[in-house]
Amino acid sequence: MLNRFLKATELDTRMLGMVGALLLIWIAFDVLSGGLFLTPRNLWNLSVQSSSVAIMATGMVLVIVTRNIDLSIGAMLGFIGMVMGVIQADLLPTFFGFDSPATWMVTLVGGLALGVVLGAFQGFLIAYLGIPSFIVTLGGLLVWRGGAWWVTSGQTIAPLDSRFRLMGGGPEGSIGEVWSWAVGLAACAAVLLLLVNSRVRRQKFHFALRPVAAEIFLGGAACALILASVAVVNAYPWPIGSVRRYAEANHIGIPEGGLFIAHGIAIPVLIAIGVGVVMTFLARRTRFGRYVYAIGGNPEAAELAGVNTRWVIMKIFMLMGLLAAVSGAISIARLNAATNSEGTLAELLVIAAAVIGGTSLAGGVGTVAGAMLGAVLMQSLQSGMVLLGVDTPLQNIVVGAVLVLAAWLDLVYRRKVQ
Amino acid sequence: MNEEREMSASSVPLVELHDISLSFGGIHAVDRVSVDLHEGEVMALLGHNGAGKSTLVKILSGAYQRESGTISIRGEEAIIANPRDAKKYGVETIYQTLALADNVDASANLFLGRELRTRWGTLDDIAMEAEARKVMGRLNPHFQRFKEPVRALSGGQRQSVAIARAILFNARILIMDEPTAALGPQEAAQVGELVKKLKADGIGIFLISHDIHDVFDLADRICVMKNGRVVGTARVADVTKDEVLGMIILGKCPPAAIPGPGAMAMEVAGSA
Repeated sequence: MLNRFLKATELDTRMLGMVGALLLIWIAFDVLSGGLFLTPRNLWNLSVQSSSVAIMATGMVLVIVTRNIDLSIGAMLGFIGMVMGVIQADLLPTFFGFDSPATWMVTLVGGLALGVVLGAFQGFLIAYLGIPSFIVTLGGLLVWRGGAWWVTSGQTIAPLDSRFRLMGGGPEGSIGEVWSWAVGLAACAAVLLLLVNSRVRRQKFHFALRPVAAEIFLGGAACALILASVAVVNAYPWPIGSVRRYAEANHIGIPEGGLFIAHGIAIPVLIAIGVGVVMTFLARRTRFGRYVYAIGGNPEAAELAGVNTRWVIMKIFMLMGLLAAVSGAISIARLNAATNSEGTLAELLVIAAAVIGGTSLAGGVGTVAGAMLGAVLMQSLQSGMVLLGVDTPLQNIVVGAVLVLAAWLDLVYRRKVQ
Repeated sequence: MNEEREMSASSVPLVELHDISLSFGGIHAVDRVSVDLHEGEVMALLGHNGAGKSTLVKILSGAYQRESGTISIRGEEAIIANPRDAKKYGVETIYQTLALADNVDASANLFLGRELRTRWGTLDDIAMEAEARKVMGRLNPHFQRFKEPVRALSGGQRQSVAIARAILFNARILIMDEPTAALGPQEAAQVGELVKKLKADGIGIFLISHDIHDVFDLADRICVMKNGRVVGTARVADVTKDEVLGMIILGKCPPAAIPGPGAMAMEVAGSA
C-alpha cells in the first residue's frame, strides 16, 4: 500500500522521512511548551530565523556535492555585511543624501558583487591552483573575519538605511495579507503548470506516466501546503506599537478591540524561497547543475567526458560567495546594524544544515530542498529549546548530537536502499 | 615494408601518431611510439600490463599530454590539449575504467558534456532519455533501468552505457580499451558484431585487448608494445598467434612484421 503510493507519486522517501522528523519535533515542542510552539507568531519567527542559514545551505550543497567544503562563508558574511554597512551609512549619503531610494539598491548590488569577487578568488585558488578547499576557506575564514574588523576598526555601524532594513523582516519588512495570498496563488499555479507540462512532454515521447490520481494528489498536496503556510503567516498580526504608528502615519482611527494587520510572508523568507527555487532550477535543469553532480560522482569521468571541471568548481564558489552576500544583507538588515562578529560560526550551521538535509560529504549526493529543510530543522530545535528555557550550552549539545545522529541515520538509510 | 608504403600512399591515414613520448617520474611509459590507423580499420594494440597501450591511447583522447611527437588526423596536425579537443576531432573513447559518473543515470552519462537542451537552454532530459533508449536498445535490448543511477547497474550494463556513449555522437575514431572485460560471452559477441558494423561505416578503431582470440577475429592489423616501445606492427593475416605471443612476451619480431624500436636487437638485425 505504502509502496504503491510511493511508486505512483515518485516521491523521495528520504525527503518524506525528513518532513516526518520535522513534524515530530514541532509537535513534541508544542506539547512540551504547552502549545507555544505551533503558533503563527512562533512559526513566522522560525521562518525568518531560518532564512539566512537556508540561503547559504543551498550553495553549500553544491560545494559539498563536488567533494569540497567552504569554511569561510560566516566570515565572508561578516566582511561583506560590514562593507555594505559602510556603503549605505557612510559612502552613499554623501552622494545621494539620506533616505534616498537608490541607497539600498546600490548597497545591495555592491555587496553581491563583492561576494562574487571573493568567491571567485577562493574558487580560483581551489580549482586552478589545486589548493584543497578546506585550507583555502580556512584561510578565508581568518582573513575575512580580520577584514570585517578592519573595515571600521571594530566599530559597529548603525542604524541602517530604512529601505535596506526591510530585507531583515519585521512588520514593515513583510509583504502583508493580500500580497501573501497573491504569492501563494501564483506558487500554486506554477506547481500545477509544472506538473501538467512534465506530463505532456512525457506523453509526447510515449514514456510511462504517473497515474492520474497520483498527479492530482501531488498537485493538491503541494497547493494545500502552500496555502496553509500563507494562512499561518497571515494569522500573525502586527504588534500594537507598529499598528499605532501605522495608524497615525496614515490617519486611520483604531477601532475598538484593535486593528488587525497581518504580517504575511516576511521579505527574507521570500528571498530564501526565491533562492531555493533558483538553486533547485540550477541544480536540476541546467548543464551547470548536471556537471556539479557528475563531478561529485566521478571527477575523472567528468573531465574525460569533456567537462571543464575547474571552471565549474570556480563557478560554485562564486555562487557561494554571492549567497553569503545575500545572507549578509539579510543578517545586518535584521539586526539594523553591521557588526564585525556577524555570522560567526554560521559556516558550521550551514554545513550542518546541508548534512542533516542529506548531503553526503563523500560527494555526489544532496538536494537543495533537503538542505533548506535541514536549516529549518536545526532552527526549530534551537528556537524550541529557547521556548522551553533550555540553557545555551545544552542547546549546543543537543544540536551537535542531532547532527551526528542525522548523519548516521542517513548512512543506515542509504545502505538499506542499495 | 613495401605493402605498408603502398597502403599509406593510397589513402592518407585517418590517424597518425608519430614519435610520441611521455614519461612519468623518469619511467618511459610511452617511448617514441609511431602508429597509424586508416578508415574502416581495426588496429589492435597488444602488450602486457604496463606496456603503455592505455597511456598511448589516452594521449590521443586528450586525457594525457604528450611530451614530444605529433598527432595527425587526416594528414593535418591535430592540437589535442584536453578531452574536449579530442572529441572535436571525432575521437571517442571507451575507457577501461568506463569513466562513468556513478551517481547519475544512464542518459545523463551518455550525454555528459554534450547535453541536449531545450530552446530555453535548460536540460532536455526527456529528449535525452528518448535518445538513450534508442541507442541502448541497439546494444542491449533488455535494458530498461533508465531512472536509476549507474551505480545500481550490473557490470555488463555499465559497459553498455560506456559503449553507447562512444557511438552516440558519430565517432570517426574510436578507442576501445578492454571493451569486453566486464562482459559475458553473449554480450562480448554483441560487441564484436558492433565493431564489424562500425568498421563497415568507415570508422577507425584502436582496440586494446588481452584476448588474443578476440584480436584475431576483429583486428586488421596489430601493434605490439613492450616497456613503452613498439615491438612491431603486422597485418593479422601475416602472423600466427604464436608469433604474436612471442612479440608480447619476448619482444621478438617475426619476419612478416615491421619491427619497431622495442624489438629485440637480434631480431631487428635478422629482418633487415
